Amino acid sequence: MTTRKIDTIRNFSIVAHIDHGKSTLADRLIQATGTVAARDMVEQVLDSMDIERERGITIKAQTVRLDYKAKDGKDYVLNLMDTPGHVDFAYEVSRSLKACEGSLLVVDASQGVEAQTLANVYQALDAGHEIVPVLNKIDLPAAEPDRIRQQIEDVIGLDAADAVLISAKTGIGIPDVLEAIVTRLPPPQGDEEAPLKAMLVDSWYDAYLGVVVLVRVIDGRMRKGQKILMMGTNAHYEIDKIGVFKPKMLDVASLGPGEVGFITAQIKQVADTRVGDTITEDKKQCAEPLPGFKPAQPVVFCGLFPVDAADFEDLRAAIGKLRLNDASFSYEMETSAALGFGFRCGFLGLLHLEIIQERLRREFDLDLIATAPSVVYKIKLTNGEEIELHNPADMPDVVKIDEILEPWIRATIMTPDDYLGAVLKLCQDRRGVQIDLNYVGKRAMAVYDLPLNEVVFDFYDRLKSISKGYASFDYHITDYRVGDLVKMSILVNAEPVDALSMLVHRTRADSRGRQMCEKLKELIPPHMFQVPIQAAIGGKIIARETVRAFRKDVTAKCYGGDATRKRKLLEKQKEGKKKMRQFGRVEIPQEAFIAALKMED
Amino acid sequence: MAATIRNAFDPGFGVYVHWPFCLSKCPYCDFNSHVRKGEVDEDRFVDAFRTEIAHRAALAPGREVRSVFFGGGTPSLMLPSTLEAILRAIADYWPMAADVEVTLEANPTSVEASRFRSFKAAGVNRASLGVQALNDIELRALGRQHSVAEALAALDVANKIFERTSFDLIYARPQQTPAAWRKELELALGRVTEHVSLYQLTIEPETMFERMVDAGKLDLPDVDTQRALWDVTQEVTARAGLPAYEVSNHARPGSECRHNLVYWRYGEYAGVGPGAHGRLITPRGRRAQATEKHPEMWLTCVETEGHGLVEDDLLSAEQEGDEFLLMGLRLREGIDPARFFALTGKKLSQSRVAELIGDGLVELTRDNRIRVSSEGFPVLDAVVADLAA
Repeated sequence: MTTRKIDTIRNFSIVAHIDHGKSTLADRLIQATGTVAARDMVEQVLDSMDIERERGITIKAQTVRLDYKAKDGKDYVLNLMDTPGHVDFAYEVSRSLKACEGSLLVVDASQGVEAQTLANVYQALDAGHEIVPVLNKIDLPAAEPDRIRQQIEDVIGLDAADAVLISAKTGIGIPDVLEAIVTRLPPPQGDEEAPLKAMLVDSWYDAYLGVVVLVRVIDGRMRKGQKILMMGTNAHYEIDKIGVFKPKMLDVASLGPGEVGFITAQIKQVADTRVGDTITEDKKQCAEPLPGFKPAQPVVFCGLFPVDAADFEDLRAAIGKLRLNDASFSYEMETSAALGFGFRCGFLGLLHLEIIQERLRREFDLDLIATAPSVVYKIKLTNGEEIELHNPADMPDVVKIDEILEPWIRATIMTPDDYLGAVLKLCQDRRGVQIDLNYVGKRAMAVYDLPLNEVVFDFYDRLKSISKGYASFDYHITDYRVGDLVKMSILVNAEPVDALSMLVHRTRADSRGRQMCEKLKELIPPHMFQVPIQAAIGGKIIARETVRAFRKDVTAKCYGGDATRKRKLLEKQKEGKKKMRQFGRVEIPQEAFIAALKMED
Repeated sequence: MAATIRNAFDPGFGVYVHWPFCLSKCPYCDFNSHVRKGEVDEDRFVDAFRTEIAHRAALAPGREVRSVFFGGGTPSLMLPSTLEAILRAIADYWPMAADVEVTLEANPTSVEASRFRSFKAAGVNRASLGVQALNDIELRALGRQHSVAEALAALDVANKIFERTSFDLIYARPQQTPAAWRKELELALGRVTEHVSLYQLTIEPETMFERMVDAGKLDLPDVDTQRALWDVTQEVTARAGLPAYEVSNHARPGSECRHNLVYWRYGEYAGVGPGAHGRLITPRGRRAQATEKHPEMWLTCVETEGHGLVEDDLLSAEQEGDEFLLMGLRLREGIDPARFFALTGKKLSQSRVAELIGDGLVELTRDNRIRVSSEGFPVLDAVVADLAA
């Protein structure tokens, strides 16, 4: 592949809310430029993980190189960088955006701007992007392009007069999008003669190639056989493969300034690479690394235990494998009196947590019990020490605690005004502090500061349910604040279940305890004896419920010696029992550990 | 080896004969019963039964038949000559015990009662009548074709003709109260000679009653009322000298249904006819057998393949243990833990047994048997699941 002139390169990303058509638009661009033959087209080429396709989200950054002959007669290279679309991956998003010069802002022409769109578009602006608004789904009867254009101007402050009107589904407007990319987005800047300076955008594990690193070259040139240095980790490698994605991997001889591609270099695990790190040449290093590099910081922790204690080693192997491909989650061994051996895992956020759990279940066929997600508390001890608390079970004795700090977030919620009352009440109930409230047309935008531990379990579910799915939500962590927090324990049949203990705000303890007990009463099936369920703070019981013993459970008739049917029922029952955890003599279904935390406000 | 084990705990051998036809389908019934408009070619069935009996006898030769049970469907609809021919076939292939128990399930209608004498002559010595309720309105709601008066008259006829009789009642019916059931049961017990079966109404999948429950059209007693009805049943029958020897079966001591005891004691039984189940011990182990359910399809199978089996599985030790527990613990006499060990090579969990004894749900008898207590019976399925886990 020949060296390409930097002014015929365009690197861009697509900013959109889930469902607003990002993946479909990407598919159309790939198709329109003939990058993938029509017969090889599968829906949503870029989201390659099952979970990504199902949930309509992107977890790993990906890129595809499109060759495009523009109306000016010149051949352009367009690099579409598909960025992770969720706040849990805010840092990864920021790095991906840094690798581009512009963004397409895709907004559904009937639904308008959502909270997530806002957060992402601000990030793109922060990254210095030129932004081309694109109104999608204009073929639908409900489309109101004029109103949405106005909304983009009002809410984001972006001139939307020249917004491109498209339907990614039918293909309307796709050529206009390609022209807009070429004419309205700036080419990258870079100095080919300078020492190599490239950004590590993302990396993942490939079963055949080992660790594959996605790079954006800023200055200099990257080539096969080159000896490189990763400045953040101070690790040395030799590039043994270099190429671009079309979207299949295609080897090239080298990558110059402004180009996006991949390298492999005998890197053992993804954890050896850091998103945002600067790659330079070993012998001819660049003067300064790229700014903004930071290591991944887990925000939410939870325990993962095998349902069957015998599967512990399988779980260890599975977590190790996942970690190969995802350096952003951390784990350490944990022992629970109730659940046996497992792992305390740290995640970037709730979605990240759900994804990891789901992948362990699906890809490794593991039956897991996940304990209550917990945020990271900072505890100041009376002796002046400060510790981080990842697990409520590890809480020090109260007499040794000076104060407890908890993480707070700033949340932006957008909702049709019909549901505003319910949304505000939800925020208020979760100890929220209102920062801002204003209207954009018929939609309200509320900004709240909230303690993360009030959001961590089910805030999003509740928000969706009280707004019939219309409200959208985004947040980022702001700071740690002192909170009047106490440890609440749950006792089942008089035995404490450590996996259900949690830190709660003192003012919320009574209602939470009551709700937990009520919920557990529903979740724990009747036994042959009564099962008391209690919530306690220290030695004080604050709530109690009882699961009644069942009174009648006997098959009346065994027909004509048909023992088979009964035996099969019994076998099912035995199988079901295996899915329960035995606490003393009480069986608790595995889903109870999470379900017990979901509150009905 | 198999022979010695069989001898040590021998619960005997019985033959179950399924006659799959009914005049109408009752809305609660999920048994293998079919309504036929035209006449059933009974001679063809007799030939098929003979073929299938020969097939089972080849698998389990030489067993002494201690009981034969004609169930259904409605076996009292078959011609007495058909029943006689089937009995003869059984006797042709297996030795018959001198005191073999031959039970016929019958509808208590006047038409069928008029044939009881012929059935007796054909070899039946025990009749089991599907009375089901002593209330005409509820009998209609249960889809039964007889009235209370007719049922009681049929019962009188049966009592005169057969050495032994029993009848069935269904309780926990829609809107039934414990007080109403007490009255009905007391009335019924006055008619019991030696044996009665009292079945709690169970809503079975894919029955008319299930559809009615789903549509909210059936007002069934809640669990607490069901328990109260159960308690009434135990109290009234015990006082009348007819304690439960099995979950739903009551008899004067010594008058238990021998055939059903074979099932519950986990003995060997051959099942012949459409949708019949069997358990036979062959040199390779205990087989769980079931036949084609559809009557005409079963005929074709038997005629072309020599048997109607559609399931014939060797049971694993664990499966045998499960079946032994779930059948055996239905009996008041309980189970012999040594036999559980002989079947499975494993001992019942001592700690579980101890816990259940502590809960008052299980008892140890003086001869070292494990049995479910009066408190345990109403929650038997849970006790079994606990012991089997």
